[in-house]
Amino acid sequence: MSKLHIETVVNGEPAEFLCSPDETLLSAIRNGLGLTGTKEGCGTGDCGACSVMLNDRLVASCLVLAAEAQGRSLTTIEGVARGSTLHPVQKAFLQEAALQCGVCTPGFIVAAKALLDVNPAPEEEEVRYWLAGNLCRCTGYDKIVRAVLDAAAEMRSARV
Amino acid sequence: MQTTRYEAPGTIADALSAIAANPGAMVLAGGTDLLVQYQSGMRTPSAFIDVKRIPELMQIASDAGGVTIGAAVPAAEICANATIKTLWPGLVDGVSLIGSTQIQGRGSIGGNLCNGSPAADSVCSLIAGRGVAIIAGPNGERQVPVEQFTVAPGRTVLGRDELLVAVRLPKPAPHTGDAYQRLIPRSEMDIAVASAAVSLTLDATGACVAARVAIGAVAPTVLLVPDAAAALVGSRLDASALQQAAAAASAAAQPIDDKRGTVAYRRQVVGVLTRRVALVAAARAKDR
Repeated sequence: MSKLHIETVVNGEPAEFLCSPDETLLSAIRNGLGLTGTKEGCGTGDCGACSVMLNDRLVASCLVLAAEAQGRSLTTIEGVARGSTLHPVQKAFLQEAALQCGVCTPGFIVAAKALLDVNPAPEEEEVRYWLAGNLCRCTGYDKIVRAVLDAAAEMRSARV
Repeated sequence: MQTTRYEAPGTIADALSAIAANPGAMVLAGGTDLLVQYQSGMRTPSAFIDVKRIPELMQIASDAGGVTIGAAVPAAEICANATIKTLWPGLVDGVSLIGSTQIQGRGSIGGNLCNGSPAADSVCSLIAGRGVAIIAGPNGERQVPVEQFTVAPGRTVLGRDELLVAVRLPKPAPHTGDAYQRLIPRSEMDIAVASAAVSLTLDATGACVAARVAIGAVAPTVLLVPDAAAALVGSRLDASALQQAAAAASAAAQPIDDKRGTVAYRRQVVGVLTRRVALVAAARAKDR
């Protein structure tokens, strides 16, 4: 099967990779681009571990074909921090100990950042609904939700 | 078996050519059903024809006569559209229930229709709102009322050489409201046990002068229920009219027993939902 040559933008930088016509974006991110922060959980769009931003929309990269990235821009967990400065959501996850095994964490952080980019002051219920497609089998979610609310408050106070 | 081709045409004409040139190809919109089915081995198309580079399939176009929603517009964009939120809140009720935030970023009403599930959450409201499917084919365009689009679970009226382009909703009359609800055993992200949508129009005195009722997950396809609508028209949505509408919805249902619910339970619940959504639709109609 002939490979497709895909030119895209990943975390703000031009990037290219080769993929099969039926390869998932998740596979291309991990294997083609070598960015292994994005995790595979279920592979069927249920768990959110593979969450990335595709042209400013939160998607499950296991349910996107790699070829769809042609000419579009991607943000993965590797693009969330600025150099060695963690994003407020990442800091809050550490402060609240909002992770245990960590497999779901990149997806949660990408998804939570996407929420705060469109809604800087979410209610707890809004956070829970927004993150309902991200599954965590360790934390019981409470610390994750608290971390997101803390990060939102931190980002609002930094903006003033 | 593997799918060995991926094409992303930029026009409807090119998409139709690609479909014709690849027997066994499948159209890829948001992929939230198709790619799951592909990965589980349920479907192995000869090619994926990605239609998300075609402007007509990716836009929401409002005009004086209504709105045309591109078949591949993601759910999140539909739910954020100001015109749709104002004129068809019942469509937003349904579309916003489809999957998680991640799924909302991809899944479309075109995909929801073409997947052909009787439990498709967007379809009841499209039917209640007199939606019309706009289909492109080698001999030009044809239009099919949404209630006739799905013919059996997983089967639609689409010919092998055709493409669903958009769904057109005519602008509702003043004092029209719509609503959709489903029953699921958990708080979200599940498949309906039963569902119902009502669109109704009130006159200045609050009497119902027009109605459409659609029910889901209780028959091989989503059903339009004219008898339930007839029970509402002419009434002031009093208890007796609501009870008649509920009974008509229950009578029209042809449910199956499965892990989600029994025949008797679904029949009962679809009536209850019909009554409830009629009241929500009426409250919204008063506000418009």
